[in-house]
Amino acid sequence: MAADTEKAADLSQAMITEPVALADWLIVAPVAIPLVFAAFLLTVRHRTWLHAGVALVAFALTLAANAGLLARVLAEGPLAMTMGRWLPPFGISFVADPLGVALSLVGVLVAAVCAVFAVADIGTTGRRYGFYPFMLLMMAGVSGAFLTGDLFNLYVWFEVFLIASFGLLVLGCEHRQLDGALKYAILNLVGTTLFLTATALLYGTFGTLNMADVQSKAAELRDTAPLATLATLFLFAFAMKAAAFPLNFWLPASYHTPRIVVAALFGGILTKIGVYALLRVLVMLFEPERALLSDVIAWVAAATMVLGIMGALAQSDMRRVLGFVVISGVGIMLAGIALGTEAGLAGAIVYAVHSMLAMTALYLLAGVMNGVGGSYSVETLKGLYRGHPLLTAFALLLVLAAAGLPPASGLWPKVMLVQASLAAGAPWLAFAILATGILTTLALGRVFALTFWRSDGGDTAPAAPAEAAPVLRLGYASLAALMLPILALGLYPEPFINVAEAAAAVLVDPTGYVGAVFPERVQP
Amino acid sequence: MRTVIFRTVAPYLTSLMLLFSVFVLLRGHNEPGGGFIGGLIAASALAIYGIACGVAPVRRAVYFHPMAISGFGLLMAALSGVFSIFFQVPLLTGLWAKVSFLGVELDLSTVLFFDIGVYLVVVGSITSIALALEERERA
Repeated sequence: MAADTEKAADLSQAMITEPVALADWLIVAPVAIPLVFAAFLLTVRHRTWLHAGVALVAFALTLAANAGLLARVLAEGPLAMTMGRWLPPFGISFVADPLGVALSLVGVLVAAVCAVFAVADIGTTGRRYGFYPFMLLMMAGVSGAFLTGDLFNLYVWFEVFLIASFGLLVLGCEHRQLDGALKYAILNLVGTTLFLTATALLYGTFGTLNMADVQSKAAELRDTAPLATLATLFLFAFAMKAAAFPLNFWLPASYHTPRIVVAALFGGILTKIGVYALLRVLVMLFEPERALLSDVIAWVAAATMVLGIMGALAQSDMRRVLGFVVISGVGIMLAGIALGTEAGLAGAIVYAVHSMLAMTALYLLAGVMNGVGGSYSVETLKGLYRGHPLLTAFALLLVLAAAGLPPASGLWPKVMLVQASLAAGAPWLAFAILATGILTTLALGRVFALTFWRSDGGDTAPAAPAEAAPVLRLGYASLAALMLPILALGLYPEPFINVAEAAAAVLVDPTGYVGAVFPERVQP
Repeated sequence: MRTVIFRTVAPYLTSLMLLFSVFVLLRGHNEPGGGFIGGLIAASALAIYGIACGVAPVRRAVYFHPMAISGFGLLMAALSGVFSIFFQVPLLTGLWAKVSFLGVELDLSTVLFFDIGVYLVVVGSITSIALALEERERA
C-alpha cells in the first residue's frame, strides 16, 4: 500500500507543523497587499477613474501593515515565516528584522505620498499605460527585497521592482525617456547579472541560499572557500545598484527623463535598496571579508560623496542637480558600511531613512516649482519667493535637510557618522563627510538663490496657470506630509536613532536573525 | 504569409494548440508540463491566428484585453497563495481537497489554481506583446 505508507510518513521532518498565528501574516502583508491590488488594477486597466482610489487604499493598508510589523519586531526581535510550510533552508524564508522593516515602512510612506502627488500629476493616459499598477508592483518588489531572508529570492525581488521601474520610466513614450530607459535598463541588467553570478557561486560554495543558513555556515568554510571573491562580487553588484562611484553613470543619465513623480519615487527608494543589500550581505553575512575590503569601500564612499556633489554644482537642470545629490548621499551611507562599527552602521541607517524622505521631497519640490514657474531650469526660474512664500519655506528646509544643517533631518545621521569615523580612527572620512556638507550647501543654495531670491524684475506676483491649480494643492499637501517626518527626525531624533541602533545590533550580532529562522540552532 | 492554405488551416491549428495547452497545464502537477509551458503554447497559438488572419480577429476572439487576462492570472496566483491564511499555515502552502464529480474523484488544490494563474499571466503578457508587434508591422 504505497499510498498508506506515504500518509504515515513523518511530516515534521520536512514541514513546519506548528500552526501559524494570524499576526505572523504581517510579515508577508507588505508584499502581498500591493501585489494583489496591482493585479486587480491590471484587470480593470481601462476604468482609469478607479485607479487612484484603489491604489491609495492599497498604500494605506500596506503602510498600516508595515507600522504594525515594525512595532512587533521592535518588541519581540526578528520574526520569520517560511513559505509553503517547508522547513528552512528548503522553504524560502521571509525574515522581518528592524533594518528591513524600518526601510520598508519609510519606503511605503514615501510611495504613498508619491501616489497622492500623482493623483493630479498623472492624467488618464498615464493611468491607462498602467502607472498605478506599475507603482504597486514596484513597491511589492521593494518590500520583498527588504523582507526576504533568501539570497536568490532577493534577486527575484530586484527583478520585480526593476521591471516595474522600466514601465514607470517610459511612461509617456517620449524619445528622451526611451533614451534614458535604455541606459538604465542595460546598466541595471549588467548589475543584476553580476548579482546572479555571485549568487550562483555562493550556492556552489555553501549549498544553501538562506541568509541565516549562510551566516551560520560561513565561519567553518572561511578557511577553504573563496569568500573574499564572493564578497567582492556582491560589493560590485550592489554598488552598481546603489550608484556608487565609479559605477554611478547610469543614474544621472536616466533620472531626469521620467515624470517628476516617478523620479521622486526612484530617487527616494531605489538606490537605498542597493545600500540595504550591502548592509545585509557584506555586514551581516561576510563581516571579515567586509573588514578586508573596508579600505576600498571607504575610498569609494569618499569619492562618491565628493565627486557626486561636484557633479551637482555643474548642472542647471534641477532634476539633474538632484540626481547628483542622490549619488552623493549614497557615498555617505557607504562611509558607515566602510566603518562597520555599530555606531557607523546606525548612522548609515538613519541616513538612509533621511535620504528616502528628503530626496523624494526635493524631487516633488522640483515638480511643484515646475508647476508654478513652468520650467526645471535654474536659468529661467526666478523670483518664486514673491508669489510663493510657503513653497520657499519648504525649499529652505529641504536644502538644510540635504546639506545636513539643523533643524532638518540630515543633521543627526551626519553627526553620528562623523563621530563614528573619528572613533574608528578615520578622520579623513569625517572630513570628507563635512566637506560634502559644505559642497551640498553650495550646490543647493545656488539653486535656491537663483530660483527663489533672484529678482524677476516685476512688482506683482505672476499668476500660476489655471490648470495647474489641483497639481499645486496636492503638491503642497504631499510636501507637507513629507516635511513632518523630516522635521521630526531633525528635532526629536531619539526614536529614529533607537530603531537604527536596534537594526545595527542585529547586523553586528545576527543571533536573533538566525534564531528566527532556525530556532533550534541558537538554543544550546 | 496570408496564403489560402495558411488561412484555412490556422483556425484549426489554433484550436488544437489551445486544447493541447490546457492538457499540458493540467498534466503539469505530476508530469512534465505546467502553467508556464502551457501558457507559451496557448500564446503561440494566438500568434499563429494573428499572423494568418490579422490582429483584429484575435482581439475579438480572446474578448478580454490580453493585459487584463494577465492581471487576472496574477490575481488568481496571489490569492491562491494567500488562501492558506484560513488554515493556519504559511503563505503559498499547497492545500488539497477531494471532490467527487460524476463518480470521479478529483484532487483540487491551491497549487492547481496557482498554476492556472501562471498560465493566464503567460498567455496574457506574451499575446499582448505579440499582437502589439504584429500591429506595428502591419501599420
